[in-house]
Amino acid sequence: MANLIAILAAALCLVMGVVVISARNPMHGVIALVANFLGLGVLFLLLHGEFVALIEVIVYAGAVMVLFLFVVTLLMAGTEPPKEGAGKNLPGQLLWAIVVIGALTALIGFVLAVRTVLTQPPPSTQAFGSITDFGRSLLTTYMLPFELTALVLLAAVIGVVFLARERS
Amino acid sequence: MTLPTVDFLLVSAVLFAIGALGVVIRKNPLVMFMAIELMWNAVNLTLVAFARQFLAIAGHIFVFVVVVVAAAEVAIGLIVIVLVFRNRSEADVDSLNTMKG
Repeated sequence: MANLIAILAAALCLVMGVVVISARNPMHGVIALVANFLGLGVLFLLLHGEFVALIEVIVYAGAVMVLFLFVVTLLMAGTEPPKEGAGKNLPGQLLWAIVVIGALTALIGFVLAVRTVLTQPPPSTQAFGSITDFGRSLLTTYMLPFELTALVLLAAVIGVVFLARERS
Repeated sequence: MTLPTVDFLLVSAVLFAIGALGVVIRKNPLVMFMAIELMWNAVNLTLVAFARQFLAIAGHIFVFVVVVVAAAEVAIGLIVIVLVFRNRSEADVDSLNTMKG
């Protein structure tokens, strides 16, 4: 049962990932990306990452993608979706695509090569990954990184307000 | 029945490949940005998979940090895109060659 759910969620993730990079209209890409994040949330749950699955759905599929939607609607207001003609491609673009595909195929091949090492079943995961577990760890052992994330967000907020201010 | 870690790593690798390919072949900055989000999340999947393999909650903490940094990056990146394209109608990163050496 868990296998079936995992396969469906992984298939959803991959198909929606392809839709994100192939959709002509960025709006369709945003919707596909939300579906992709929902699938990833399911995968995280199956991996005992309860809190991680929650923030994936709430922060990513919710907040971040709403931000994307705002910008897509803002930039596309009154314009046709951009046409990306095949004739406009840079000569180096195809080369780069081949290089990237080659490197990443090698990466996937490496994962397959070390498959035997990693197919040993993980140790008992009964008590692992609960929100209680995560919260206790976040607020004791990893207190400093947690507080530093607040600093990162503060810097981002100040930066955005500075960039978006009215210029006289 | 627990699923082997390697299957999650495979999904993650393919997802990262899709994201990297998207950054390379697309010219619309918004779509490139979404492809970068795909890569962030492929890495997150790897972290969570290894956290279960080694029973290390630190992997989940790291994912939390990644999500926060990604949210900050999205906010900054999108405002930059909006500012750049406020005065331009075309959405093509190849036309942004002012700083080309």
